[in-house]
Amino acid sequence: MDTQQQLDEFQKRIDNGETIEPKDWMPERYRKQLIRMMSQHAHSEIVGMLPEGNWITRAPSLKRKMVLLAKVQDEAGHGLYLYSATETLGAERRELVEDYLYGNAKYSSIFNYPTLTYADICVIGWLVDGAAIVNQTMLAKSSYGPYARANLRICKEESFHKKQGYEMLAKMADGTPEQQRMAQDAVNRWWWPTLMMFGPHDSDSPNSAELIKWAVKTKTNDELRQHFVDRMVMEAEAIGISLPDPNLKYNEETGHWDFGDIPWDEFWSVVKGDGPMNRERMRARRKAYEDGEWVREAAMEYARKKKLREGKAS
Amino acid sequence: MNKKNQKTEWPLWEVFYQPKDGKPFEHAGSVHAPDAEMALQNARDTYARRNEGIAFWVVPSDQIVASTPEDVGPFFDPANDKPYRHPQFYSVPRAVKKRK
Ligand SMILES: [Fe+2]
Ligand SMILES: [Fe+2]
Repeated sequence: MDTQQQLDEFQKRIDNGETIEPKDWMPERYRKQLIRMMSQHAHSEIVGMLPEGNWITRAPSLKRKMVLLAKVQDEAGHGLYLYSATETLGAERRELVEDYLYGNAKYSSIFNYPTLTYADICVIGWLVDGAAIVNQTMLAKSSYGPYARANLRICKEESFHKKQGYEMLAKMADGTPEQQRMAQDAVNRWWWPTLMMFGPHDSDSPNSAELIKWAVKTKTNDELRQHFVDRMVMEAEAIGISLPDPNLKYNEETGHWDFGDIPWDEFWSVVKGDGPMNRERMRARRKAYEDGEWVREAAMEYARKKKLREGKAS
Repeated sequence: MNKKNQKTEWPLWEVFYQPKDGKPFEHAGSVHAPDAEMALQNARDTYARRNEGIAFWVVPSDQIVASTPEDVGPFFDPANDKPYRHPQFYSVPRAVKKRK
């Protein structure tokens, strides 16, 4: 059991702005919460490859195919940085992955929405990666060293993701009437689910206060969401796209944009597994994992035999 | 709950990279790989998609030996009482100081 003295000393380190490293003493609950949060983040990066991967072969030009392929590959990298960081807490990679594929681990609900047209790819880069940047910029200052460093590495790559999406969307918004309609339709569908990415309101987010106390996070869900809305209103206006919220209004007093009610019923139903693509995503991920098993086995066996041969030769 | 506990987990390797010519190696993170050759390739794909490194070291994670935070005090205290290892410990004639 963690003693009160240990807990106090730990909190003092946090309040001093110190970084916690894998071998340092930490409360069991800090470790548990980090494993939950970091592996959830890792699973999200990996499943996030599916909606965009869906369009790689149908991207409109060779250039756009190359860009999308590079972006999707980066997302795989993000997942790997995060799994690697989670393993420093004593978790095993395979356990983490299986807890997600066959157990209770969650991933970001945003990836349970379908990518219906190519305009969705533009909007994902702009909105979804845009929201991820807001979140991950904060996490790059997290109290747990390996998590902070993984997020720093991720942030360096995300601005390419966002800019390629924003650039394409701007082009579409400036294109033929049909392209304009496609662009606006995609924004209309993705706007609210993107706002949900920041998580429930602070009053409904049981983990938030604890994570802030431990400086794993330094801002609340609502603060991050507001920061995002303020920025996106400006960026949407700059390319002639409108945001599907009649209640968006600049508030002179706060200096922020007020926005309408988020459809939380939809959020909770997607989290519980009833979003438009939950089943399909899980099916695809399980299939990839199970179909890969023989490859992992064969590679291990090849490595073992090669070592044996080398042993004989010397 | 279909297939659980698949057995193959590739060993873990720690990855170090040299960011630029002449710079010291830094820790990047880790990768799983069946052997050293694939560990290097996975390290490249994971940690150097934008030329972040010009050279890599991969080391089996269980071969890393680290100091422990518990004995950080006694472990490093031989350095604490030796101010004479620092240049500030010594005085220099004023005239020489000025010419710096
Ligand atoms: Fe990412
Ligand atoms: Fe991204």
